[in-house]
Amino acid sequence: MTAPLLEVEALVKHYPAGRRFLGLGRPRHVVRAVDGVSFAIARGRTLALVGESGCGKTTVARIILRLADPTAGRVRFDGVDLLALDAARLRAARRRLQMVFQDPYGSLNPRMRVRAALREPLEIHGLVAPGERDARVATLLKEVGLAPSLAACFPHELSGGQRQRVGIARALSVEPELLVCDEPVSALDVSVQAQVLNLLADLRDRRGLTYLFIAHDLAVVRHIADDVAVMYLGRIVEQAPAATLYGGPRHPYTVALLSAVPLPDPAVRRRRIIPLGEPPSPAHPPTGCPFHPRCPHPRKSDRCRSEAPALRELAPGHRAACHFAEEPM
Amino acid sequence: MTNPGATTPAVLLRIRDLRTYFVTEQGATARAVDGVSFDVGAGETLGLVGESGCGKTVTSLSILRLIPEPPGYIRPGSLIELDGRNLLTLPPRELRGIRGREIAMIFQDPAASLNPVLRVGDQVAEPALVHLGLSRAAARARAVEMLELVGVPDAAARADDYPHQLSGGLQQRAMIAMALICRPRVLIADEPTTALDVTIQAQILELLDRLQRQLGMAVLLITHDLGLVAEHADRIAVMYAGQLVETAPAPALFARPQHPYTEGLLASIPRLDRPRARLHAIAGQVPAATAWPAGCRFHPRCPYAWERCAREEPPLLDAGPGQAARCWLVAEPARRSTRPPSPVPRPLS
Repeated sequence: MTAPLLEVEALVKHYPAGRRFLGLGRPRHVVRAVDGVSFAIARGRTLALVGESGCGKTTVARIILRLADPTAGRVRFDGVDLLALDAARLRAARRRLQMVFQDPYGSLNPRMRVRAALREPLEIHGLVAPGERDARVATLLKEVGLAPSLAACFPHELSGGQRQRVGIARALSVEPELLVCDEPVSALDVSVQAQVLNLLADLRDRRGLTYLFIAHDLAVVRHIADDVAVMYLGRIVEQAPAATLYGGPRHPYTVALLSAVPLPDPAVRRRRIIPLGEPPSPAHPPTGCPFHPRCPHPRKSDRCRSEAPALRELAPGHRAACHFAEEPM
Repeated sequence: MTNPGATTPAVLLRIRDLRTYFVTEQGATARAVDGVSFDVGAGETLGLVGESGCGKTVTSLSILRLIPEPPGYIRPGSLIELDGRNLLTLPPRELRGIRGREIAMIFQDPAASLNPVLRVGDQVAEPALVHLGLSRAAARARAVEMLELVGVPDAAARADDYPHQLSGGLQQRAMIAMALICRPRVLIADEPTTALDVTIQAQILELLDRLQRQLGMAVLLITHDLGLVAEHADRIAVMYAGQLVETAPAPALFARPQHPYTEGLLASIPRLDRPRARLHAIAGQVPAATAWPAGCRFHPRCPYAWERCAREEPPLLDAGPGQAARCWLVAEPARRSTRPPSPVPRPLS
């Protein structure tokens, strides 16, 4: 196996919280948004980071792009420690890793025409001779399945699907190697979602891109990911190649997440495994296994309440953090 | 209220030829809901499904006459009937007696629907004060009872909380408690779980199913998610461009979709229960409500369309027991074989 393009090692992000005195006093506790996350993505592969709101998946993405600084841990991109770079070298590195956001309406400047929005990254990074930039914009629009005439539009004149395509074109404009996609289709209608997912898969295959794909929907992820990591309360609780994870999930949380996805087929009646109650706050995580208060596993025991399970290898490439990962649910 | 002996439940809510239009700032008319008819019976769940802008939420707001007028208006000739009473001709006073008492509604975003400066228990109790004339103490006790019924742990204590102290899932449970405190006969649930995480969504929908069985309500479940209606609706109505394009019992809709839009929607859902394959995408996008296409409104995006579709608007045509589709293919089924409904699935790497 070749060296991974992206390596994340023991990433931790704690936010101080509960400050008194107009928010200026000493913090009374910390929110453990990310609590020791490690993974690697080989060039050309797609890793999906999956979890529900507040599990820390977006914070991981923001740290990788250095939009937030971690409390501890390392991020290596193509062998280079991203967290150690100075501003100039960081800018050069950023060209190689780009982000696609959930809400294309929020991530495009409403007063900038599509042409200007797509030219801007080329100007910042000094790519493409100035006289050829409009031609490059047209090529980019075609590549994401839009008519080049849309270059004259403002974002509000576009549909949600068109805006997300512009967001993708903007990320692609600087010829990145890694795309971090943060919930790129969750704001879209199902028919448009299919178009954008297919587009992302085509672009990856055509350009040899590497994706970190962040999403809450396991059914969506199944259509794009090679490997899947499931996060709960700031930690990865299970990670495996997609076929393994969907075919034989071993962590009770993964089992529950899969079981909660509604199936569009009334003929199928399943045994539902729904976790109990609500996710706890990352400011006050439970003792032991962070999932134990909600865990539906029949073998749940005192050990789960007292001892946090390590993320351990069950089979090559398949890791889960559960004391009873080998036992049937 | 449920009658297990009857094959068809008594119709409680009857909508006929509902047309809700809006006048835009440019002076154009947006025909958001354009001739919608359906019935919902006691103890039955009708799933109203469609993508953004199809008119499903305007339909639900029209039923309770919550459309802001102007710019909106419900066209004369529309009928919204609850148990034989036409809600469109009811005086405001009587209408207020129906909203929240006989027809209740829960919305997508519980945080936006709850008043942030009132305690949860007082808000849940309010409909009982207003409609049932209960004393404060009695309404309050009933509110705590309702919070228990919808699975809020430690209900008496939570009733003293403000909405921001509850999680999204508990806020939605509180909304459901408020909607059901007067034991309404009809519940309109408009994207009730869209803002919630998937594990919480599953809990809330199980709760709604249980409450419906207990209370025998008619439920109008409005959603963009075909998976939800597959699991929770008895009958399904699919909306596109302001019209119903297909109605069918849930099993028939998924086994034999008759409208190409329904077929396309089903094929575009990423699924856990099928081999991984390239997703089918419906070409193009939803047209604007100010300019629905002539003929069949779906024809510019339809893989089967022929001349007739651009020329003549199809009515809802009978397509099997309890099933109807607004598509000329029902009248000319031989045309269905002229073009494959989806590209040949290409496996992903």
